[in-house]
Amino acid sequence: MTALDGDIAHLLAGSLVLVSFLLLYQDRMFALLNFFAVHACVLAFSVGWQAYLQRAPHLFITALIALVFKGVIIPVALHRIVVRLGIHRTIETVVSIGPTMLFGMALVALSVVVMLPVTQSSGVFVREDLAFALSVVLLGFLMMVTRRNAVSQVIGFMSLENGLVLAATGARGMPLVVEISVGFSVLIAFLVVGIFLFRIRERFDTVDLQALDMARGESA
Amino acid sequence: MIREWLTQLGQAALVLGLAPLLSGVTRKIRARLLRRQGPSIIQPYRDLLKLIRKETVIAENASWLFRAAPYVVFGTTWVAAALVPTFATGLPLSASADLIVIVALLGTARFLLALAGLDVGTSFGGIGSSREMMFASLAEPAMLMAVFTLSLFAGSTELSSISAYMLGPHAGLSISLALALVALVIVSLGENARIPVDNPATHLELTMVHEAMILEYSGRHLAVIEAAASLKLLLYLSLIACVFIPWGTAPSTDGTVAYAIGLGAYAVKLAGLGFLLVVFETAIAKMRVFRVPEFLGVALMLGLLGTIMLFVSRISR
Repeated sequence: MTALDGDIAHLLAGSLVLVSFLLLYQDRMFALLNFFAVHACVLAFSVGWQAYLQRAPHLFITALIALVFKGVIIPVALHRIVVRLGIHRTIETVVSIGPTMLFGMALVALSVVVMLPVTQSSGVFVREDLAFALSVVLLGFLMMVTRRNAVSQVIGFMSLENGLVLAATGARGMPLVVEISVGFSVLIAFLVVGIFLFRIRERFDTVDLQALDMARGESA
Repeated sequence: MIREWLTQLGQAALVLGLAPLLSGVTRKIRARLLRRQGPSIIQPYRDLLKLIRKETVIAENASWLFRAAPYVVFGTTWVAAALVPTFATGLPLSASADLIVIVALLGTARFLLALAGLDVGTSFGGIGSSREMMFASLAEPAMLMAVFTLSLFAGSTELSSISAYMLGPHAGLSISLALALVALVIVSLGENARIPVDNPATHLELTMVHEAMILEYSGRHLAVIEAAASLKLLLYLSLIACVFIPWGTAPSTDGTVAYAIGLGAYAVKLAGLGFLLVVFETAIAKMRVFRVPEFLGVALMLGLLGTIMLFVSRISR
């Protein structure tokens, strides 16, 4: 393996973190969905490159799953859901982007600080991938916390799952069956969430999740 | 030794002479992309000559600061532009003046221009200055973060060394570099009042930043400020060319042939970057003023992220 190969792997994994930040930055629905598709594609390239480097053909299947399901099917389906819910023109009131970005930055720093010493005995790729994967997961959580719209929360959840796949890629010897089942469970989760979105809308006339708090009597 | 100083002086003269041409070329390309004929590429020189010959009108309540500011702005910007290696690296001044000095010189120029905008007391100058300062409070840290990323990567804040490191075998492909590049591009768009942030070709009050500050200037003062603005654009493009496309630049110890190659390469790089800038400007719409801090905040964030990722990349080396 040459230095350039390692650099490309590093570049792709780093780009995934970057796209996570871009997801946090978007406040329009379609832009958010498009960037989620980009997120999945970057993940697919990253996993594919690892498959080539590790000579692990089963990882190609993981990459393919990411590309087809998360890069194409889920964004297209969410696109249609958003149109049917009639929220494609709404601009989301994001809790001020600046502080969110800085908080995200702190999360990335945290995951680097935590992961690098813990994984000292592992290979270079594992350490890099785990540090970046933890960042992507935390950024996904951050997105779910800061967004009020249910669709953006779903995107946050899916990007979080992309981070898990990246972590699984770095750790060698993850069996294919586990990855496929994770992939399918995400798909099932997506279906369930899709149905729930319509149920929430039916009941509260909105997909703004603050309406749920009100229904539970938690806030005025 | 003498030869190196001559190179340094030649570079100072080169940037001064080339800057209006760069503005002219970018305006011409922009006009052609919009299917207009556009003015000749030497139009900025003619404009400068015309302005120098014209009478200077100064507001009654303008202080000495108003008259002194254009020359100081021009001086600091020119020095900063002359410090960036263009066709040759390893110039005698670059040892004493690194990237942080360049940022500081530009900061001084900005500070004086904002003061001059406030000096006469018109409302336009006031909004221009206040907006400029609002953007600067984000653009300057973003620029410094990009500089830090580059310096940590190359192990030096000096442009000649960074350029040499980039040519060397250790540079490779790095996400931090890509992030620093994007941050630098965003900052240069903001600092040069280019399209998504400000429109250099308009006097529409809602969008003006740079133009609002210099609205009261005329005659030779305006000429000097215009020259400084084009020098600043040249500076940023040279900076990006010097760090990210260092190929072809001649070390100052080399012979005349290397210098000629360096000059040719510099011209090609500048033309290419100018073309990309114009294509980007033509493709994108002007942003709302309130959106600009977010845009510049992204540059700051990218700089920070680049620095953090540098620590991760270090483990694989």
